[in-house]
Amino acid sequence: MVELMTKSPCAGLLPITRGALSLSEEDAGTVTSLASYDGQAGALSEALQAAHGVSFPAPGRVRGQGGTLCSWSGLDQAFLIGPEPDPDLSRYAAVTDQSDAWAVVRLTGAGCEDVLARLVPVDLRLRVFSPGQSARSLLGHLPVLLLRQEVESFLILAFRSMAGTLVEDLDTAMSSVTARSGG
Amino acid sequence: MRIEGKGQAERSRKVRFQFDGRWMEGVEGETLAAALMANDVRLVARSFKYHRPRGILTAGSEEPNALVTVGSGAARDPNVRATVQEIYDGLVVESQNRWPSLNWDVMSLNSLAAPFLGAGFYYKTFMWPRAFWEKLYEPVIRRAAGLGALSGQSCTERYEKAYAFCDLLVIGAGPTGLMAALVAARAGADVILCDEDSTPGGRLLAERGEVDGLPGPEWAASVVAKLRDLGVRVMTRTTVTGAYDQGTFGALERVAQHRAASGDLPRECFWRIAARRAVLAAGALERPVAFAGNDRPGVMMAGALRAYVNRWGVAPGKDIAIFGNSDDVYRTAEDLIAAGLKVAAVVDSRSGPPPEHPYPVYRGAVVTGTQGGRNGVSGIRIKTAGGEVRVKADTLAMSGGWNPSVHLSCHMNGRPVWRDDIAAFVPREGAVPGMTAVGACNGVFTTRGCLEAGVSAAQVALRDLGLDVGATTVPSAEDVPYQIEPLWNVPGKGRAWLDFQNDVTVKDVVQAAAENFRSVEHMKRYTTQGMATDQGKNSNVAALAVLADTTGRGIPETGTTTFRPPYSPVAIAAMGAGAQGHGFAPQRLTTSHVASVARGAPMIEAGLWYRSSYFPREGERTWRQFCDREVGMVRGAVGICDVSTLGKIDIQGPDAAAFLDLVYANTFSTLKEGRVRYGLMLREDGHVMDDGTTARLGPQHYVMTTTTAAAGAVMQHLEFVHQCLVPQMNLRMISVTEQWAQFAVAGPRARELVNGVLAAPIDDATWPFMACGEVDVAGVRGRLFRISFSGEHAYEIAVPARFGAALFDLLVTRAEAFGGGAYGMEALNVLRIEKGHITHAEIHGRTTAFDIGMGRMIAPGKDCIGKAMAARPGLVGPRRQQMVGLQPLDADKSLTAGAQLFAQGAVVARETNEGYVTSVCHSPFLGHGLGLGFLRDGRARHGEVVRMVDQLRGLEVACRVTDPVRVDPDGGRLRG
Amino acid sequence: MRLPCPVCGERDLREFTYQGDAVRLERPLPTAGGDAWDSYLHLRDNPAGLTRDLWQHGAGCGAWLVVTRDTVSHAVHSAVLAREARHAD
Repeated sequence: MVELMTKSPCAGLLPITRGALSLSEEDAGTVTSLASYDGQAGALSEALQAAHGVSFPAPGRVRGQGGTLCSWSGLDQAFLIGPEPDPDLSRYAAVTDQSDAWAVVRLTGAGCEDVLARLVPVDLRLRVFSPGQSARSLLGHLPVLLLRQEVESFLILAFRSMAGTLVEDLDTAMSSVTARSGG
Repeated sequence: MRIEGKGQAERSRKVRFQFDGRWMEGVEGETLAAALMANDVRLVARSFKYHRPRGILTAGSEEPNALVTVGSGAARDPNVRATVQEIYDGLVVESQNRWPSLNWDVMSLNSLAAPFLGAGFYYKTFMWPRAFWEKLYEPVIRRAAGLGALSGQSCTERYEKAYAFCDLLVIGAGPTGLMAALVAARAGADVILCDEDSTPGGRLLAERGEVDGLPGPEWAASVVAKLRDLGVRVMTRTTVTGAYDQGTFGALERVAQHRAASGDLPRECFWRIAARRAVLAAGALERPVAFAGNDRPGVMMAGALRAYVNRWGVAPGKDIAIFGNSDDVYRTAEDLIAAGLKVAAVVDSRSGPPPEHPYPVYRGAVVTGTQGGRNGVSGIRIKTAGGEVRVKADTLAMSGGWNPSVHLSCHMNGRPVWRDDIAAFVPREGAVPGMTAVGACNGVFTTRGCLEAGVSAAQVALRDLGLDVGATTVPSAEDVPYQIEPLWNVPGKGRAWLDFQNDVTVKDVVQAAAENFRSVEHMKRYTTQGMATDQGKNSNVAALAVLADTTGRGIPETGTTTFRPPYSPVAIAAMGAGAQGHGFAPQRLTTSHVASVARGAPMIEAGLWYRSSYFPREGERTWRQFCDREVGMVRGAVGICDVSTLGKIDIQGPDAAAFLDLVYANTFSTLKEGRVRYGLMLREDGHVMDDGTTARLGPQHYVMTTTTAAAGAVMQHLEFVHQCLVPQMNLRMISVTEQWAQFAVAGPRARELVNGVLAAPIDDATWPFMACGEVDVAGVRGRLFRISFSGEHAYEIAVPARFGAALFDLLVTRAEAFGGGAYGMEALNVLRIEKGHITHAEIHGRTTAFDIGMGRMIAPGKDCIGKAMAARPGLVGPRRQQMVGLQPLDADKSLTAGAQLFAQGAVVARETNEGYVTSVCHSPFLGHGLGLGFLRDGRARHGEVVRMVDQLRGLEVACRVTDPVRVDPDGGRLRG
Repeated sequence: MRLPCPVCGERDLREFTYQGDAVRLERPLPTAGGDAWDSYLHLRDNPAGLTRDLWQHGAGCGAWLVVTRDTVSHAVHSAVLAREARHAD
């Protein structure tokens, strides 16, 4: 029997470095969408806590750290990022594998907020959007899920098919921010 | 010339720049206007209509005259204001709107024809004959009247867009804005301070007054340093261009125009700033006085002259006369004397005893004209109570008073308010929600008054923001009251200019009124007053004052024209930044993209997706050869096609089945697990929205497939139905289009191929037509659907997208071993037309289920979206155009999509039209052309011959009406 | 223009899609008759002043919203989830 090789969404495109800024592809592990059924939000949160040690996040929030993250990702919906989901979760939520649907990239370095300010129409000032917060929005034309993990480190999820545009847009913004800082 | 010991420009670095081919020396960072003045250049441009010689009028972005072209080749930038452009080493500038040269301009003959070129000239003259417009009028007018020319090449410069957010946006960094920003920042507000100048300070940079015991520029610099320490974002060279809803402002930042080599730097950045509160501290613009010859080079604004002398240390002449209607004339004279320049005369239009001054003062007098040549003023004529006086002067500074920059306060339709005491308009309070207009832009014309206004504006904003207002002292500064008597124009012979950029004179406005264009909006359009790139910044108020006088109305009654964004010109390239080339739309690439391109497949755009048209092979030359071979592979062996672009929506929940019954015309609650069903989706108005297959993976789990084109629209529709119509239904949806790479395996040898990659082989019993389920694909958990778009025995295999590239390679390699291979969109289209399957060419938004022969799919026992309206009498019945197959009688003829259908013998006319062709192909399987189309009562007319008429291409083909399904109508190939 | 999404907070216009009058929430019964359906689908008021319309926060949380705003002043008074607003008023 043959074996099918895997290919990551940004294969051949990343990493790139522009001055103090760098963009790299992240292996986020399994990405699972959890959408709680009517009246089951509490039960889902408890089941999540029991199985994965994280609660279901409020809108715009990220729970957990390290290898297990749970980020709010839309109306009634969160992404469990990292572990294989506990089968029990599907009692309370629509559970859907999204691991291959997203290009996951990390933008880090001084000025990364300025890079995103060129593409994302969301208020990303530290006092408004601090580590542990997430937002669904647009990056240029692309729908994205944006997670701020550190002051100068963002995780960006965009549709896999648009990985090329994602990298191109970010690269342009990174080089122009770098040029402004004289780098 | 340069004035020894004057000016704040950093003198250490000299740079060289070129103006009309001549190299000159300047000081880095000073404006081009200042540098030209230092080099004694007085004639800078030719005017728009009459090609009048023009100099420099102002020292800011309101400049109407001194427009130049910067750079060359694709990067050339026309209509750049010399008063804004900063010079750098190697800057290349050319004057505009002149031929052959600035000094000898043939078109200045226009000026001699001026009596004929007045207001409404074009409207009256170029009326007829119509044919003359394109051949004569347009080209001639375009050559004669104009500004700088575009390069005509694709823009090579980088432009940028960006977003910013703040508690308080302060617009303008003069004394008012600096003070407002300082007070707000000290109270903890997040402040953005924007100013269009390269250095903050506003008028403080141009005047000699002190603030808090410091020279104005020094005080401004000290405040800016404090602001930066407090974390205020000080954005220089940034013009706030528009005020929009909910505290949104547009701002244009000049990022690289003042630099020689920009590298990755954008030329400009267009900012969208969302501010919770805003302070408008945009200052005021000095207005000219209209008198004969007031456009001659050497005539300039008094405030601008002070800026050149005090800030830049340059002067346009040595022998300077001053004319105005406020104490600014004396302020100007004193500054000139302090700089060692000669004041030839001060002409003060106000009456009263002349004050003691060491220069000639004419009180109650006006300038009636200027003398001189192309290169500027040599003298002026003054009308005094005692008669005419002539004074020799090489420069005339004029001041008609100050107009508050109310522009942004009017961008949301607020009209400004007239104030008699300052003879000017001020912003209407509350005209832009959340924005307060203060300082000079609110009619406060003393430095001390502006500082106070800045403090109180900040305090108002801070209270609104819920921040504590600390105690603040207002610095000491000049506080001389502003006393003015209105003076708009000086009557007399000769042309007195109002709008310098569009060459509008007092006479034009009077003539417009005489021809009954008495409304200010009509006058504007008839004379083109204020319609140039400067939008009449220094002329609109005077023009409407002249109109008010002429029509016997007051100024407030006459009113202003509408101020619209942008405040100053914004390049389209800045607003559309990032949208060139790839930036225009995202590219969606499938997992088979790289391999397909490597196989030579040309890509065709399907929405945002890129799909393979066909896969050429050696020995083939035309697309028909590629396509026919690929169709043959599918009908004869096996073909592989990437179908990942079709929308896939995962639907789960207790009410998933009931929901599908509502959104689909047919029933899905009865679908067995492990089975797929074709579904037809209607719009609520009864027309077909989309179609596709939906698989039931579990009791409460479905996966819906949409067409590629409608994937987004269908998702949106489903969310609407769920959230807005049946929120009580308990289900959840999410797109899984991107999760799965999915490939069609079609052809008589499809199962043989599929079994080669599955861990557990399938057969007709375990996997019959329309079966689906999870499978092990070469060790990967995948999904297998036995569905067919081609009409052949076919499957779709889905694997998580990371395996897509590998599976495509594997499937194509195996297919090639079976005598098949990859096929693209062209073959896919032929296959589905042969089979009579619809796409959005047929369900284009005006066809119903009845039209496409699926009327009976609307299940009788349940409600569904579109059901009520689909039953309307007009949407069913023999008068409807129904889908049919079409076959040319002559096998060599081909049909064309979009062509119209007529009965044999009918006259070709709109009234006799009976239908149209939607899809066409050459069917290699049947050996002739084939089409799908819609024909009135078509299902009852199978066998009839109709005329296909393509008037666009001049074609006519007789064709036979057939059933749409031309291959395997019984489905034997499908199930076999 | 900015809209206050009840889930995501205030966001830029570009994340939203205008989806017509909120009357779309009041789908008639299948048996309501031609006039009721015609009115539901095709007849719209064009008010100068307060209006209730549907917006989808498609590039954000995905929620459909009922937005109350003023067509004259452009003031946005409220935005609520359509699934909760449906029978609220």
